[in-house]
Amino acid sequence: MERTKVIVGLGSCGIAAGAGKVYEKIKALQIAENLDFELKKTSCIGMCYREPLVEVIDSTGSYLYGGINEDKAIEVIDKHVTHHEPIREYVVKTDIFDTEDNDFIDNQIKIALRNCGFIDPEEISEYEKRGGYNAIRKIAENNISRLDVIQTMLGSGLRGRGGGGFPTGLKWKFANNNKSTDKYIICNADEGDPGAFMDRSLLEGDPHSVLEGMIIGAYAIEANHGVIYCRAEYPLAIKRLNIAIDQARGKGYLGTNLFGIHGFDFDLYIKEGAGAFVCGEETALIASVEGERGMPRKRPPFPAESGLWGKPTNINNVETFANVPWIIINGAEAYAKYGTNKSKGTKVFALAGKVKRSGLVEVPMGISIRDVIFKLGGGIQGDKKFKAVQLGGPSGGCIPEHLSDTQVDYDSVNATGAIMGSGGMVVMDETTCMVDIARFFLDFTQKESCGKCTFCRIGTRRMLEVLNRIIDGKGKEGDIEVLEELAYQIKDNSLCGLGQTAPNPVLTTLKYFRNEYEAHIRDKKCPAKACKQLLTYEVIPDKCTGCMICAMKCPVKAIDGERKKVHFIHQEICTKCGECYSRCKFEAIMVS
Amino acid sequence: MRIQRLQAVHQADRDSDAVNLDVLDPLIRKYKGKPGSIIPILQGTQEMLGFIPKEAFEKISTETGLKLSDMYGVATFYAQFRLKPVGKYVIKVCHGTACHVQNAHVITEAISETLDVKDGETTTDRLFTLESVACLGCCSLAPVMMIGGNTYGKLTGKEAVNIIKNIRIQSVENVKN
Repeated sequence: MERTKVIVGLGSCGIAAGAGKVYEKIKALQIAENLDFELKKTSCIGMCYREPLVEVIDSTGSYLYGGINEDKAIEVIDKHVTHHEPIREYVVKTDIFDTEDNDFIDNQIKIALRNCGFIDPEEISEYEKRGGYNAIRKIAENNISRLDVIQTMLGSGLRGRGGGGFPTGLKWKFANNNKSTDKYIICNADEGDPGAFMDRSLLEGDPHSVLEGMIIGAYAIEANHGVIYCRAEYPLAIKRLNIAIDQARGKGYLGTNLFGIHGFDFDLYIKEGAGAFVCGEETALIASVEGERGMPRKRPPFPAESGLWGKPTNINNVETFANVPWIIINGAEAYAKYGTNKSKGTKVFALAGKVKRSGLVEVPMGISIRDVIFKLGGGIQGDKKFKAVQLGGPSGGCIPEHLSDTQVDYDSVNATGAIMGSGGMVVMDETTCMVDIARFFLDFTQKESCGKCTFCRIGTRRMLEVLNRIIDGKGKEGDIEVLEELAYQIKDNSLCGLGQTAPNPVLTTLKYFRNEYEAHIRDKKCPAKACKQLLTYEVIPDKCTGCMICAMKCPVKAIDGERKKVHFIHQEICTKCGECYSRCKFEAIMVS
Repeated sequence: MRIQRLQAVHQADRDSDAVNLDVLDPLIRKYKGKPGSIIPILQGTQEMLGFIPKEAFEKISTETGLKLSDMYGVATFYAQFRLKPVGKYVIKVCHGTACHVQNAHVITEAISETLDVKDGETTTDRLFTLESVACLGCCSLAPVMMIGGNTYGKLTGKEAVNIIKNIRIQSVENVKN
């Protein structure tokens, strides 16, 4: 009989939830009681909402336990591992019996994430056991030509997963066309979109798949140098990438005459980004690798002709690279089988916000937004009303509830005014104010504008001022028109994607939630009851029992009242902190 | 544009007197003359000193030939670089989209009020620096803050303040012992 395996999910999210302590506890227990089982680590399993996760694999099958703290870990080891009795109520996913979370995993198709949560990312042997580095071997052993590799990528229909959606095969073809003795291939891991963590999870969970994708890309375009541009805010991803690179080098997968292909020399290094959203843009990224301020420049020349250090350069996103080995092994048709006419394959999304199950999901292109949120996401927290979903982060937009049958593919999402983006999907309910969301993103892009183009630098600031005014209850007639005028000017007059898309969050919310803007401006009301300055807190006399709790808890002493008599809130003192509302046990505080 | 960073230098002028700059020598040797080295040199400096004092800029410039203006341009462009010292504990409050819709601003406001510092500032006793950061990547635990290596999730303003008060009490006790 095989030894029982106990696997702890140690991605950033799991560690934040306490998985590190759980791992240490189990390890200590194993040593103290001399227990016979194999303790292993893996990375993000995707079910962030159930972290920390511990998987037990015994002779009967796999049981994934969710919400495990140190005490529950002891229980699981004692009952399941030692006494072979699985604890059903803690199990979130298993093939043995039904759990309420089964459909979270069952509705996914994992290609880019094929190894995440299954392997120890710090062990190259585990990646190889699951077919790792066989794609590049297949190319070497069958003498598949560079153009044939590119043809396979074209046939698969894979498009840039960083959000641009440019066909990867075509990009490689351009880079291949350019003959130069020095060429660069860069992996863009500068995931800056606030609310997106796909690339981080991939790098933490399966770094070798990205390396192998880069090696295949390097072969296809004849690149001899590689750079992974990773944000410094992802220390764990960088650590595991470094381990992976050392292991690959040790095995001879990086270096000279790779995999027996004569003249195929390739090595790579990690460049840590220093925190600038604009560096996700190709030319800004190149400037940053060169050690400069990360400011975009005019194209042409495109990086494929003149990129890093003036050499031909090809840049792809983390998720794009992770798909490459799978496509080479399984063929273009197998990949193109998933998805829609123009958007093939699968896409990874970071599902977050007011959704019951947040986490990392990989779904076939063409699935409806409704299915992602309700079938995978399990619906809205507290069963509140679903209002909108934000796709594409600061460059994207909000898709309202009535368009939730929209298919998730590049073209359908673009038609709504949002963009597919890199995969951040933030769900909002009736308590989220859409004006505030627009302001949130504009505040972000305004700070992150590099300052090169006047319209982006100053225009976003002026837009932000108007939005702040509206939220503070000082909006006036004509503000919406000013926002629209500025938005189109910024879009038309900015050099790079950041400026060209920065107004999108405002434009989409104006398109679908114009009434909320109007309510803020004309009625000085926030329909979602989220904008503090527009709220009033009042005591409902019939419900107030005079318990004095609110008066005692009010931090600014704005509430008057004697015991057992109806209390009163002085509006001129009230700071609208909401303390009274949350404290009142009798629902006697009204917010309007 | 991160305009607030420009003002930070004057503060640094006053604060950076007691820093030993010899620790920078190996770093300078490693990167001297290499193209594209400004960012790694500055990152290395910050890692050793916690921030980049004016004197460090001058020393690096003199010894490597990098232009002060180029280095300053890079240091003020990227969010990672600090031109003034930070507190013993850096409180990173996540303001990613998921945390924002789960009311992350309440956390920052509560801490800001308790410590009497604005976003990006350090308390006068140099114990805490309050920072807003983009996504920490724990979206399912929103709203989240990170202090040192510890992440605290599903916070309310009051819980956040209590955590900070506890850290302060512990650190006072540590000093006594």
